[in-house]
This record gives sequence, C-alpha cells and structure tokens, in this order.
Amino acid sequence: MKYIYYPGCSLKSTGKLYEESLLAVFDALDIKYEELNDWNCCGATAYMAVDEKKAFVLAARNIALAEEQLKDEAEVNIVAPCSACYMILLKTQKFLEENPEDMAVIKAALKESGLDYKAKAKIRHPLDVFLNDIGEQEIAKRITKPLKGIRVASYYGCQTVRPYSTFDDQRNPVTMDRLFKAAGAEIVDWSMKTRCCGASLTGTIQEVALPLSYIILHEAKKRRADVVTTACSLCQFNLECYQTNIDKKFKTDTKIDVIYFTQLLGLALGLEPKKLGINRLFAQPENLFRIIEGGKPVYV
Amino acid sequence: MDKKSVFAESFALDNAAKDIVEIRRRIKYESELDKGFRDKIAKSAHGEKLYGCIQCGTCSAACPVSHYMDYTPRKIIQMVREGFKEEVLTSSTVWLCASCYACSVECPKGIKITDVMYALKRESILGNYYPKKSPASILANNFFNQVLNNGRNSEGPLLIKMYLKTNPFMLFKNMALGFKLWVRGRISLKTEKIKDKKSLKRLLQSVEDKSNYKAKVHSPALKEASAV
Amino acid sequence: MSNTNGNGLPKIGFYVCHCGHNIASMVDVEEVQKFASTLPGVKISRDYKYMCSDPGQELIQKDIKELGLNRIVVASCSPLLHEHTFRVAAEKAGLNPYYFHMVNIRENVSWVHTDKSSATQKAKALTRAAIQRVFFHKPLEKKSVPVNPDVLIVGGGIAGITAALTIANAGKHVYLVEREPTIGGHMAMFDKTFPTLDCAACILTPKMSAVKSHPNITMWTYSEVEKVSGFVGNYKVNIKRKPRYVIEELCVGCMECIDACIYKEAKYPDEFNQKLSKRKPIYIPFPQATPQVVLFDPETCIDFKSHRCKKTCIEACDREAIDLKQVPEYKEINVGTVILTTGFKPYDAELSPQYGYGKYPNVYTSLEIERLVNASGPTSGEVVTKDGNKPKSVGIIHCVGSRDQKAHKWCSKVCCMYSLKLAHLIKEHTGAEVYNFYIDMRTPGKGYDEFYEKIMTEGVHFVRGRVSEVTDWALVPEEENKLTIRVEDTLIGVVRRVPVDMVVLAVGLEPRADAGDIRRMFNISCSNEGWFLERHPKLAPVSTFTDGIFIAGGCQGPKDIPDSVAQAGAAAAEVLSLICAGSIELEPNTASIIEKFCSGCKSCIPICPYSAISFNDGTQKAVINEALCKGCGTCVAACPSGSIIQNLFEDEQIFSEIDGLLKFADIELEEMEAEHA
Repeated sequence: MKYIYYPGCSLKSTGKLYEESLLAVFDALDIKYEELNDWNCCGATAYMAVDEKKAFVLAARNIALAEEQLKDEAEVNIVAPCSACYMILLKTQKFLEENPEDMAVIKAALKESGLDYKAKAKIRHPLDVFLNDIGEQEIAKRITKPLKGIRVASYYGCQTVRPYSTFDDQRNPVTMDRLFKAAGAEIVDWSMKTRCCGASLTGTIQEVALPLSYIILHEAKKRRADVVTTACSLCQFNLECYQTNIDKKFKTDTKIDVIYFTQLLGLALGLEPKKLGINRLFAQPENLFRIIEGGKPVYV
Repeated sequence: MDKKSVFAESFALDNAAKDIVEIRRRIKYESELDKGFRDKIAKSAHGEKLYGCIQCGTCSAACPVSHYMDYTPRKIIQMVREGFKEEVLTSSTVWLCASCYACSVECPKGIKITDVMYALKRESILGNYYPKKSPASILANNFFNQVLNNGRNSEGPLLIKMYLKTNPFMLFKNMALGFKLWVRGRISLKTEKIKDKKSLKRLLQSVEDKSNYKAKVHSPALKEASAV
Repeated sequence: MSNTNGNGLPKIGFYVCHCGHNIASMVDVEEVQKFASTLPGVKISRDYKYMCSDPGQELIQKDIKELGLNRIVVASCSPLLHEHTFRVAAEKAGLNPYYFHMVNIRENVSWVHTDKSSATQKAKALTRAAIQRVFFHKPLEKKSVPVNPDVLIVGGGIAGITAALTIANAGKHVYLVEREPTIGGHMAMFDKTFPTLDCAACILTPKMSAVKSHPNITMWTYSEVEKVSGFVGNYKVNIKRKPRYVIEELCVGCMECIDACIYKEAKYPDEFNQKLSKRKPIYIPFPQATPQVVLFDPETCIDFKSHRCKKTCIEACDREAIDLKQVPEYKEINVGTVILTTGFKPYDAELSPQYGYGKYPNVYTSLEIERLVNASGPTSGEVVTKDGNKPKSVGIIHCVGSRDQKAHKWCSKVCCMYSLKLAHLIKEHTGAEVYNFYIDMRTPGKGYDEFYEKIMTEGVHFVRGRVSEVTDWALVPEEENKLTIRVEDTLIGVVRRVPVDMVVLAVGLEPRADAGDIRRMFNISCSNEGWFLERHPKLAPVSTFTDGIFIAGGCQGPKDIPDSVAQAGAAAAEVLSLICAGSIELEPNTASIIEKFCSGCKSCIPICPYSAISFNDGTQKAVINEALCKGCGTCVAACPSGSIIQNLFEDEQIFSEIDGLLKFADIELEEMEAEHA
C-alpha cells in the first residue's frame, strides 16, 4: 500500500524537523509514500474564521488531488502529520457528507478545475498508521536503541485527537504511550495530554498563551519527565522555543526537551540524529543522547 | 440613538452619581436586541444545537482561556440565543478562542461551541465589529489573503505583516527568536506558492459564485485590514 | 361479493370521526364521509365530532337497530385505544363485535402528514380498503381461560418486597426470586433515606423478615429465571437455584464457619460494600441479610481451586449444613401473573474519565459513600479518605452520567435529593466544607424542597455549574496534594478551581445490563433507553404489552423509594384484579389448521414463538392449541400448503383489503392522466 503524504505549510518551515524525522521513520519502517502534487494550504483555523465555504474547498482540493494522484490504488490514504491539517481534512469530509447542498457546490467548483472530489480518501494521522497499519510488535522488532530508562510525557495538543479523530480516545489518548512502551520507554502518567498549549495565541496575544505553555512544561517537570513528545508543529514550536520567555515571566526553570514523537521514535530505530532534524532544535536533547547508547550530539 | 431606547437615555446616570462610586447601569430593552441573530448563527455550520444549551458552564470550565474572556463561552451562547449581537461581536471571547475544541468534546448537549465561535468570528469581520488592533483578527485576515493569493501560508511574512499592523514593537521583541529559527532553517522570508495559482483562485471564486452569498472578502473592513 | 357470512347481504355503516381538530384539521372529514357513501354495500355514512363519546356510540347502536346494519367501520384513532369501545357498542346493539373494523386515520394519517389534500386521499384509500374488508368478516366467539392464582415476582428489592407482601397478605401465593444471596436490593445498602433521614435498614429489615416468614411467600434467593412459556393466567416458569454450597434449611447463620475459615484475614473484595472492604470466601453479605445463610464463593475458596483445603469450615459446623458438592437446583412453577421488579444499575463512573474515578483513589461514587457513612460499612461509619484522614473539604458532583449525550440523556431524578442527603451526612460525620456542583436542583416532591432549604441553611455550598474535570495537578500552593475541581460558577459567571480532599460522583441510574435478556424472556418491550416499557405512560404505568406481566420500580425508569413502593402497590393491585376475576377472555384472532390440506410437513411447529403447535402422530397432521396461540400469524405465512388460516386475517379479508387500496390507486392514476391530457 502506498500513502499520500500531505505536509501542509508548517512542515515546510517551522516544522521542517517534523517532516525530516517523519519521512526518515517512514523509510525505516518501509512505508511507501508520495508527496501530494501541488498541494495547497488546508485553511487551518484562521481561514475558517473568515470564510467557511472557501475553507472547505481548500481542504477538498487537496483530497481531490490525492484521489487523482492515487487513482490506480484500491484505496487512498492521506497521511496528514500536522494536527491542524489532519483535523481540517477530517472536518471537511464530515461536514460535506452531512450537508449535501454544500457538497454539490464544492464538487461542481472542483469539477471546473478538472478535479473530481469523490470523498472516499481516508485521512490518517501518522500515529494511526504506525499503530494500526504497522503495529506495536512490528515496530518493537525494529527498535535497535531501546529507550530504556527514559521517562516520556506524551503530548498530543488539542487538534490531534479532538474533535473528529477516531483512532484514539479524545480525553485520554494512549497511542503515543503504546508506541514508546514498545520502544522500551517509561510512560509518564499525566493529565496534560490534550490540554491546549496556546500556540494559536502565542503570536497574537502572548500574555494569554504563555501561562498555558507554562502549565504544561511545569507539570512535565514535576512528573519527572525526561522528554515531552509532540505530534503538532505548533505545539512543538510553542513549547520549545518560548521556554526562555516562560522562565523569565514565571521565574521558574521549565527547561525540558520538547521534540517530535517521530524524532524520538527515529532515535529508537537507530537513525542518525541529523536525519531526524535534531540539529534544528533550539537545544540539543543531551539527556536523551546520554541515555541512548551510541548517539552523539549534533550541533548546528 | 436609533438603537438605544428612549427610556434608556432618560434613565442615564448623571456625572455626580458616577463620581461617588463607579456605577454602571445595566439593563437591556427588547428593542435593543437582534432577534434574528440566533437563527443566523444556528444556521452556520454545526450551530444547530445551540438552542438546546442548558447553561451548565462545562464549556467555560473546560476552556483553557475562559478566565481571560469578558464573557465566558456559556454566556456567549445565551447572549447569542437572546440576540445580544453587539456585545457578542465586540467581545474578546470570540478572538481569544484558540480552537482547541475542549468545549465541544465536553459539552453534554453536543453543541459544537468551537464552530459557533468560528461563525461569530466571521460575523464580526463581516459586520466590521472586530477589534481593529486585535492581532488575532488581523492574523486571520492576512492569513486568508495570503492563501487566497498564493495557495500556501508563509509563516515569516505573515507574522511580520501582522506585527507591523498591530504592534511594531512586538516585531522587534521577537526578532531574536526569528533569527534563531532562521539559522536552523525553520523560517524563511520567502513567500511560498503553489504552481497552479490561477486555477486555485478560479476555484475559490467559483465557490463564491455558486454559493451565491455576499462576497465577504470584498467587504470594506476586510480590504482595509489586508492592505499593507 | 355475494358472501353473506352468516348474517345476510352486507349492510355497512361507516362513521368517520373528527376527533376535535386532531383529525379534522388535516383530513377533509366530510369528503371522506361522502366518498364512503358511494361505495358498494354502504348503507349509511356519517361524520361526527367524537365517535368515542356516548352520543357517538349511540349513533352506531341506533343505526344498527333502525337500519339493520350488519357491518360497522369506524375511521378514527388507533385500535389500541378504542377498538374495544366500539366492539362493545356493536355487541350491545346485538351485532357480533367481530363484524366491526377500525381504520386509523389519526396516528397513521392526520398526525403524520402536512398536506391536507394528500392526507384526505390517504384517508379515503384506507376507508375503501376497510369497507371492502368487512364484506368478508365472520362472527367470532371469545374464549375464556382460568387464571392461576399463584404469582411470580422477579427481584427482591424494595419494590419486589412490597408487591410480595401485599399479594401474600391478600391470601395469594407468591414466588419471590432474587438473583443475589439476599433480598433488600439497593435500599439495603443505603444509610439514611431522604427527606426524613430515617435509617434505611430500620424501615427495610422488618419487611425483609416479614417476607422470609410469610406463609404465602416462597422466597428463592441466589436464583434466576431461566425460561418462561405460556400466556396470561397460565405461565410456566423455570428457575435455576444457584448452589450456595450450604444447605439453606440447616444453616442458622451462626457464622462459626466464617470464623473457622483457614483464611484468617478477609482477602477478597466485598461486593455489598462496593469493594471498599474485604470478605472471606465464605461469607454473609451483611448483618441483616435475608435469609441469614452463609454462602461460598467458588472463585476464591481454596477447596474449589485445589481440593486441598483442610475444610475447617465443615468441622466448625455442628449442623452439618455445608455441602461442597451441592449442584444447581432446577424448579418449574406455574403462575398466572408476573411482576418484574428487577431494578436498575448505577452508572459506571469510569465511563466519564474526566472525573478521575478509578484513577484518583479519593474519587468515590455516591453508592460507595452510602457504605462509608453506614455503621455496618467498611469503616464502621467513619468518613475518611483512602489514607485514613477525615476530609476537610468534599465536592459532590451532580449529574454524572445523566443529562449527557455521551452517557445518558435522561435526568436520573434521585441524584439531587440523595446528594443533599449525602452532603448532610458527610458534614455531620466530618465537619468538612461540602460543595454541591449542580446543573439544576430538582427537588419536587413532598417535603423535598424543604429538605433542600434545610441543607442550604446547614452551610453546604451550592455552586451552579457542571464540573469539566477533576485533576491532581496544582496551579497554586493550596491545590498541592488535593483534587482540584474546575467549574464555572454560572451564577457569578466566573471560572473557579476548588481544591478538595474527596470527590463524590452522584452517578445516575441506568437499565441493568441484562434488561434486554429479561425483556425477551418475558416477551415485553423496552424503551429506546432500555427501561422496561409500560403499556401507557400515564394510564397503564405498571402494565406491559404482554397480558399478565407487570413492572414496578427502578426497572421501569429512575425513581426513588416512595415511587417504587407506590408502583409496587399498583402492580400488586393489577395482579389481584386478574386473580379475583378468576378467568380472562382471549382474543379470537387465533390460527387453525384445515386438516384436509395439511401435508404434515411440520414446518410450522418450530417457528411458533408460543409453542402452540404440536403434531398428532395418529392423523399425521399439525394441531394448534388455541389457548396458547397469540395470533401472530407466523405459521400462516410459513405453511407451504396454505392450510393454516387465522381468524380476522383470512386470505380473502386481506386480499379484499389490499384490492380496496389498489383500486384507489388506480383511480388516482386515472385522475392524474386525465389532468395531463
């Protein structure tokens, strides 16, 4: 089976390291994929705030493009690693399915651009693919550098499992925990997994956003986590890059490694840190390197 | 004067009373309410269940930012239902909503509160109610236009534009962070574009024509907001 | 249409009812009346405002006498409501009631359509079908069967106990079957009862003893109904008595065997105490358990697992009551009527994970607190957290599992009141600050709102808001090592974080997990939610759609003790009314075999849901027991040789009815074609 990889805007910029690590892990697990040709922005949260129908057509165009690109495959699976993209694509499908009139408008508009929106593609999150298509056992077999002794606090952020996804529990998701358990890590039990980090406000209303990130980082430290793993480029950026600002504001020390779950998985699979975009992190996760035998810190 | 009831005016407090303690008069006359407002919002995507709200406040309690809002999400739902249009559309609540969907998941009545907030954001922009210096609404508008023109979003230019329009000082403040990102290849000043820009524009135009609704993007408020 | 069916050429009277505006606002009643008057065989056609009223019935009776009508068709509401009324009316005028037929143009037409002209067309079509049908109606006679005066009651909670005592006191014999080792149900677990705060055990245990000692009650605990067959007045019921491994007649409840058990310490979760304490493999559920008979748990008893126990228990029992080789006992009883009082189940709090039940040790369900405040409970009445300290602050969260689309949509009705009671008891036991987090306080009932006021004046906090989550992370120092409740105080409009030592979840009530199996076994209906369905929500609240089966208490919907007791009394009265009548009339719409056509293929026998068909080896033909036949028609449809006919549903009646409908469709088609031309 072949997947369509829909990166979305942020995996090409702030989330570059997410893309690098994801694709490296895909290769390591023999997952075949093609990047979606000439994809456009999913519309994200901001577009929905201005014009709903256009937001839906933006997302629908990508789905239609994927259906076209994989027209010879039995089923079309779109992997959307960015949680906003993932949520918007799911939301679009659900909304159009429930509103045939809007579906007709969107279909007709796409038809004029030579695209056929069949609404059949499956929207998948990489976690869903890893756990349900590959499986924990298969992944465990390929782990060459077990995460022994590493306490992982898995953090999904808000839009990965809320409100439309069905691959995990919306209140207490566990797929990431299962993944890292398979990789030999210790799992931190905490209630921050889906608490909003405030990323969509950090750029705009920072006074509101910083406390939200502080709560999450503070709690991770309190629970003696070695690393926080995220599945969202906004969360990762927000929780990692604002640590200095947070510490200044709250007069605390929240320094903790916040990396993509694909980066940690990649390290466990024995991949080169550089291939996983580790060099693009603000601070090198030296803690992890010390524990993962053989890994060497890579500085910029 | 047209919106304010004559009664309201005649009961207004004089300055002497205001000086003693800070007194605010709060009363709402039926003539000041917009009775059609709730139907309009309910008709918007996923809003149909808001009539069934039991005012339990789960949304406000689940919301990670409700304590910064001038009206909690629960209050907003009630105000929408009762036609407090102006208060709702000028409130900070709508623009503080971070779209984290915690309220939608927890609501015992299945109200898609996040989608109600989206509908209110749209109404606020369309009706020119949105706070003009609020970075959240400006960001939404800029984002919209960037994608409309290029098909993709470019984080660097987007943020710079926003800061220039709202608070140039913030741009300066965040320069160091931007530089760190740039060094690591995580941000660029280049504008990302798709190949088939023309067809995308046509597509968006076509949706607009087909849905036969007022061209929101051409509203004066939006034009003003997006012109740099 | 020359069929005279025993009373001359058909002279049909047709009556269409306005039902006030119920029908007349959506169906042109006059047009239907005029249309019917043109149909063959119709002698008189009338419309009237309320056909079911006395003058309406008299209209029919007068016409029967004066015009010599021999067929009656009434187009009005559902036959469920008034078929009986009109049949009686016809009978009083000297006509066999089965010459009457009813057309439902209210539930099937006026209430479900929005276009008056189409609705009128449909009413006309149904009218024509009914008029064509009655041509073929025949006179039928009702059969009467005796009612067995013995009664089965399933479930020994407060509802079952009340019904059993009422019926037994009237001199009738009752079999009371209870699944658990003791009767008493949920009420036996409660400490106090609202709003009077009288001790639950003090008012319940006398009734439990009365059941045990009543000469007219056979009480079978630790038993389950396995099979039910028969029909009203004559049910046959099979019951399984699970082995207690103790001979009930010999045990006196001295509990010496329990002391003698080789387990010196109790080790296994005590179900009665909501698993908050431990019991031994041999135990009595609670001090006032009825019967006072110990029982073994084969899952945990060493002898059942390894057969290598010293069996000190057997040695200790000088009455030789212990029998580890006991096997299930199977009973078959005959009863005329049944009352189901199988109760409810508390909502599983783990299904609302945001409240942390099962994750944080100091989050309790309301039923657990009932045991905690009870003197015979796991802490002998001390309200303490899991670390043994008295809580300084307690939060009671209302509506857990209720009024929630993700759990149950209904209001569980009792939680507001029991939360008030628990607030009072917790405050009394600990002096803690108690918070009630509620959506709406629902306290209608005698003395209930006064109770609410009393608890308010005791200083209990009431915060109007539904809690979004209970967490263990601290934002401020006061929250360290506490459970924090996050809620919007909706009356103030401010979000609050309330740190507490103990959280009580006021869980709602839901149907028992196996309510569906019970429903099928007794052939009754359930509502969408899974509660046993009453025949009519207002006028037949304890009857079911199966004659002779009644329901009472929590199995029918959430209710408190007074309501359960009231329903139990009502069900007992219904049962006694049947028993006192001595016999009941059966509908004559039964099936019968035309012997000369029956090929003896036996295909009808296994499909009959009432086991009413048997095979006569002598004649090699099938035979239907009319008393058992419920007239479902399954065999009629299945018979390959067409040799089964059913009264009131004979082929020519049904075909003529269909023909009437189709003829109408033909007319419609012609009219449409004419219009187009």
